[in-house]
Amino acid sequence: MGIFEKAFLKSLWVFHLATGSCNNCDIEILDCLTPRHDIERFGMLLTGSIKHADVLMVTGAVNRQCIPRIKRVYEQMPKPRLVVAIGECALSRGVFMQSYNCPMPLDHVIPVDVYIPGCPPRPEAIMAGLLKLIERRKTNHARDGRDA
Amino acid sequence: MAKTIIPIGPYHPLQEEPEFFILTVEGETVVDIDLRIGYNHRGIEKLCEGQTYDQVTFVVERVCGICSTSHPFAYTQAVEDILSIEAPPRAQYIRTIIAEGERLHSHLLWLGLAGHFLGYNTIFMWAWKLREEILDVMEILSGNRNNYAMFKVGGVLRDIKKEDIPSVLKKIDSIVPTLEKLRSAVMDDPVLHARTKGIGVLSREAAIDYCAVGPTARASGIARDVRKNSPYGAYDQVDWNMIVTENGDVFDKVLVRISEMFESIKILKACLTRLPGGEIDCLVKEIPPGEGIGHIEAPRGECFHYVRSDGTNRPARHKIRAPTFMNLPTFRETVIGGKIPDAAITLAAIDPCYCCTERMAVRNLKGRKLYTGEDLIRLSQEKTDQIKAEMGR
Ligand code: SF4
Repeated sequence: MGIFEKAFLKSLWVFHLATGSCNNCDIEILDCLTPRHDIERFGMLLTGSIKHADVLMVTGAVNRQCIPRIKRVYEQMPKPRLVVAIGECALSRGVFMQSYNCPMPLDHVIPVDVYIPGCPPRPEAIMAGLLKLIERRKTNHARDGRDA
Repeated sequence: MAKTIIPIGPYHPLQEEPEFFILTVEGETVVDIDLRIGYNHRGIEKLCEGQTYDQVTFVVERVCGICSTSHPFAYTQAVEDILSIEAPPRAQYIRTIIAEGERLHSHLLWLGLAGHFLGYNTIFMWAWKLREEILDVMEILSGNRNNYAMFKVGGVLRDIKKEDIPSVLKKIDSIVPTLEKLRSAVMDDPVLHARTKGIGVLSREAAIDYCAVGPTARASGIARDVRKNSPYGAYDQVDWNMIVTENGDVFDKVLVRISEMFESIKILKACLTRLPGGEIDCLVKEIPPGEGIGHIEAPRGECFHYVRSDGTNRPARHKIRAPTFMNLPTFRETVIGGKIPDAAITLAAIDPCYCCTERMAVRNLKGRKLYTGEDLIRLSQEKTDQIKAEMGR
């Protein structure tokens, strides 16, 4: 593992994208930042700009108005880029499966690296998912030196 | 002076939901504001028409994660209105307890975010840490941190266990001193006074004109609260006060919400100690044709549900009107004329919730003509004909 990869995995900056969620998943993400859970001890920080982000956290049922915007945000992201889908909505659209305004789940729009199920997932689950992301990248990298 | 347009959003760090503000500014002063939403629209009203009455309870819970009690509460009331039944007293008390717990955590959430917008991240951390304690209480009572899934038509789904009550009461008591500390930290800070007093004033007249609801209206001196004016649940059986202030600025909105938290704690404790025995639900067989309404006081204001039944097991029409729908237009009153740095807190002061608001609305444009695509083509062809006639071709 090169110095870049080592530093990268110790300071993942996170951008949060809501695409027609019910707000609960978004609040649980913010909850991860607060003293009880404190995700910053893993070097993760919520950023306000996609241009600074390494991880894109997507919540919500991907509605029609958001699809082009998700693609645009994803394209603006610097590489290497990781995508985490949070909540039942982003995974499979959950209760909004039959809605006229939610045509497809998130992974039909952009590639997704980690899925965190739950409605909403607990902050602990979100943290566990992010740690898995780091672990997986480490092992992948050790195996074939691949950059995402 | 030249006008500048500042676009904010749709994805911006100001709020966790996507929405698009267009601020027109002249120098430092905001002269116009426009708002574009629809990034959260999921077609819930239509979705509800395809679900059975029992399933709808869980769909409306997901209208908004923060008000995940208010919507099922109003919905079950609307269906009970069609059925002309009332939930048994124990269920009413349990519903009230869950609703007040939700109000507590929602107000704390807002307080934290408001602190963050003002550059006081300490308040953000404190408020959200305290909020965790309340979520713990909710988890003991309902089994979930959010989306409590406690409601059903005719009662509640889960009972509150007798052995849980003392520990919950103790936990609530332990929250009070921290909340006091938070209150004095917010109320006694001269910088916060300077940032919020006289900012984003919504006068009493404007609040009436815009039909503001909830804490936004109560901060402007309108004494209106569904819990008092048309009591539901167990609100008429416990003792509590409606908080009303006069000035209508951001400071008063903070004040109303903080004081309401203490009232919520009062209601919670009274309900938990006085919880009557008996059934927690009643038998619901068939929903007759008819219409029903339910309205309750959500943390942000009056939440209104309308359900029409045609005698089948699915609602024929379900209409949701969330409080933010009424409060959003007040931006025109509060933001215009203010300075740009104050816009963030003023926009946040009504505690907007876009997920709640984004229902489809059809306007009846009385006296105006609506042109469809076909009409436009027809008009275009007519104009060509007219020109042809004029040119004698
Ligand atoms: S997964 Fe559940 S909690 Fe999360 S946004 Fe969707 S409905 Fe809300």
